[in-house]
Amino acid sequence: MKAEFFELAGRLERALQAGEVLLLGLDAERSDFVRFNRGRVRQAGSVEQRTLEVRLLRAGRQASATLELGGGGEADFALARDALARLREALDGLPEDPWLLINEVPASSESERRGVLPAAEAVVEQVVDAAQGRDLVGIYAGGTILRGFANSLGQRNWHSVDSFNFDWSLHGPGGAVKAATAGFEWEESALVEKLDAASRELARLGVAPRALAPGEVRAYLAPRALEELMGLLAWDGFSARARATKQSPLLRMAHGALLSPAVTIVEHSAEGIAPSFQEDGFVKPPALTLIEGGRLGAALVAPRTAKEYGLEPNGAEAGESPESLELAPGTLPAQDVLAALDTGLYISNLWYLNYSDRAAARITGMTRFATFWVEGGRIVAPVGAMRFDDSLYRMLGENLEALTRERELLLDPSTYEGRSTASARLPGALLRALRFTL
Amino acid sequence: MRARFRKLRSSAEFWSLRLHAERAQRYAMRQDTLLPPSVALDCGVMLTAVAGGGYGYCATSDLSQAGLQRALDRASAWAAATRAKGVIRFDARDMPAPRGEYAGPLGEDPPSRGAIHDLLADECRGARIDDRIVERSAAVHLFEDQRLYLTNSGADLQQRFRYTLPWARVTANAGPETQSRSLEQAQQGGFERIGTARFQGCGARLADEALQLLLAPNCPSGTMDLLLMPDQMMLQIHESIGHPLELDRILGDERNYAGTSFVTPEMFGSYRYGSALLNVSYDPTRAEEFASYRWDDDGTPAKKVWLIRDGILVAPLGARLSQARAGLQGTANARASNWNRPPIDRMANLNVEPGASTLEAMIASIERGVLMRSNVSWSIDDARNKFQFGCEWGERIEDGKRVGVVKNPNYRGVSATFWRSLRMVGDASTFEVHGTLNCGKGEPNQAVHCGHAAPACLFSGVEVFGGG
Repeated sequence: MKAEFFELAGRLERALQAGEVLLLGLDAERSDFVRFNRGRVRQAGSVEQRTLEVRLLRAGRQASATLELGGGGEADFALARDALARLREALDGLPEDPWLLINEVPASSESERRGVLPAAEAVVEQVVDAAQGRDLVGIYAGGTILRGFANSLGQRNWHSVDSFNFDWSLHGPGGAVKAATAGFEWEESALVEKLDAASRELARLGVAPRALAPGEVRAYLAPRALEELMGLLAWDGFSARARATKQSPLLRMAHGALLSPAVTIVEHSAEGIAPSFQEDGFVKPPALTLIEGGRLGAALVAPRTAKEYGLEPNGAEAGESPESLELAPGTLPAQDVLAALDTGLYISNLWYLNYSDRAAARITGMTRFATFWVEGGRIVAPVGAMRFDDSLYRMLGENLEALTRERELLLDPSTYEGRSTASARLPGALLRALRFTL
Repeated sequence: MRARFRKLRSSAEFWSLRLHAERAQRYAMRQDTLLPPSVALDCGVMLTAVAGGGYGYCATSDLSQAGLQRALDRASAWAAATRAKGVIRFDARDMPAPRGEYAGPLGEDPPSRGAIHDLLADECRGARIDDRIVERSAAVHLFEDQRLYLTNSGADLQQRFRYTLPWARVTANAGPETQSRSLEQAQQGGFERIGTARFQGCGARLADEALQLLLAPNCPSGTMDLLLMPDQMMLQIHESIGHPLELDRILGDERNYAGTSFVTPEMFGSYRYGSALLNVSYDPTRAEEFASYRWDDDGTPAKKVWLIRDGILVAPLGARLSQARAGLQGTANARASNWNRPPIDRMANLNVEPGASTLEAMIASIERGVLMRSNVSWSIDDARNKFQFGCEWGERIEDGKRVGVVKNPNYRGVSATFWRSLRMVGDASTFEVHGTLNCGKGEPNQAVHCGHAAPACLFSGVEVFGGG
């Protein structure tokens, strides 16, 4: 696909007229998706998609078209050449785009990560065998993700990764346990090990649940629970444009509000699995500190935002959301979490977070999957889904008691339109109090 | 495509082809600056095969004869590989083979590009009424969607849809306080939708309302009456009626992602979902509504079905396959977001039917309450029971009168009891047709569009609160 994409770029470049600049972006994947319910197959299939964005620039104007490529060769070239012709016409009569900014210094790169993935049919055999007698629900998504960029200024970028993400949960009469097996090399033994661990945890949900009245409770958020919180913050929390237009949920940090000094958040592109380049050809820095010691740090600056507000672009995509987020570790050993929690809620997962008051960073959401009541450092009972409603400045500020020393790398299982390349490396967080309302 | 389909061969007992071809154009202006125009042309197919009780699919954008045959071979291989391993035993004899054509309302063609730019510029400029206005955006999205469904058993369905979506948003700020107002209307049809959405003039109106919110007190807290206008009813219906009634959730398919439901199969026919004033329908026949169609993506003909009648739960949102699994009658709602995703049970048009009360009568009946419109925040548990929703706009009502704007209006409740507190249902004069572009669900994930039409509705004894 790489040679095909770059050949297509070369042919289209040769079709350009004087003063025109061409940018091409490829977003493709070959994926197998197998959906499971009750330890059996619900839907299985394969998807091959190859989306090409063609952008034409001339005299400070630009227009773009997105196409679905077909079988390659002449047919794809004809499709892209026709799009180019239509874009040429579209540029006529457009005003200059004052916020147009592309990378004009070629920064080519190649990144190919080959994985060890068995045929998806073999994965099905292994999962159905291993799940026998268990109520497993979830999805296996595996295959190759491809990203490409080319421009007529001589830049060529390629990113290819073979990966899988088996995102699943085990269900029993008392509740459910969430787990995942994700990475670049599928190992049946790792699946069996995780299934057994999840089964043991599921057994703990079999006892009578504890009902808690609304109010403040000491709580531990496991890395997957914290991932939901970070996911909400990623929605404009680190965006330079949101900051400039006063719509960031971290607005009050610009007016003096602070998080705990233990909170340092970094967009660590060098350690993620997302491409190192973006749609305007800019390359991401290896790391960018977004929150440093509880204080507002750098923002993610997309090229258009940079031009509009007189900032330096730093490789952010147009949406200015982090893709390789890291929260710095703390000092609490993971094995001591229950003892440090002493009495309170152990929360494995959060769910469906949103803002009660965005400007005040007040957040609501639900607990989901395995949540336990802990007394004297021992799990005593599961707790059903509860709603919290609390301020970020309390959760990761005055009420943050500790972060764990160990962190988990969590690969985003999201597959809207295509398989995500986002990831997060997070510790767990021990909170002195979390406010529950329902 | 039909000729190529006829040449396909497979050892499977049943196979189908579903083609989606979409053209999407986006015109947008922000801060009086025209954003680069974009057009998206998307076209691909999903081949599905059923063999020996197994089922498989393969989606491709390679529409050549060889590309289609490769996809069918892969789908057939999946069907063979999953036979005797499935939750369901598929039977080729159950697959419908309808034939027909349908076109939704196509309406007026869009004007010239320049005229659309002028329209957006007027609204963007119109919102520049005060230095505290920090962001002004206006956009029009135009979509055309064609779907073709063919089966080796003779089905041949062609459907065509057009959508015109006006959108605008204005944000005001003063120090640590930011408030926004927005306009969004999602319906089928042509450019006449710009007029019905009251798009012209919205810039100044939204800016004025955002400034009012900036100066307004927080929404009061307490248990009180809640008057939801149709654009917030959309969200309320979607989250706390639509999702809980999806039959695939009830059957457990979504337990790892979108969640399950507090509704169980035994409840259909007897469970009191809401007060006797609550009447809810799945209605694909209201042509202008966002998710109207003649057949779903599995070829089942769509017709109006009552889901809740006089407050009693009657039927689920479940398509042909889920109906067979659950032994319940349902709806034609097997829908796929695009050619690269398989159909699953989705909401389509889900409506609360109008009642008998005027808006004035509802307001007059309120001793202490809040009117809310325009959703801004939504959160609900995975069984679709404990919810908390927030709106852009609130108005306090005291002793039967509107007495002032309030900011950050929120409310929370439990689906299983909330609808029983429905005290008055607005008449046809309060009824509006809305829709949403992004309902997320499914593994792999799919975002589909849904339609929700409703009158204004009054609920009593709701926990209401503000921000801060």
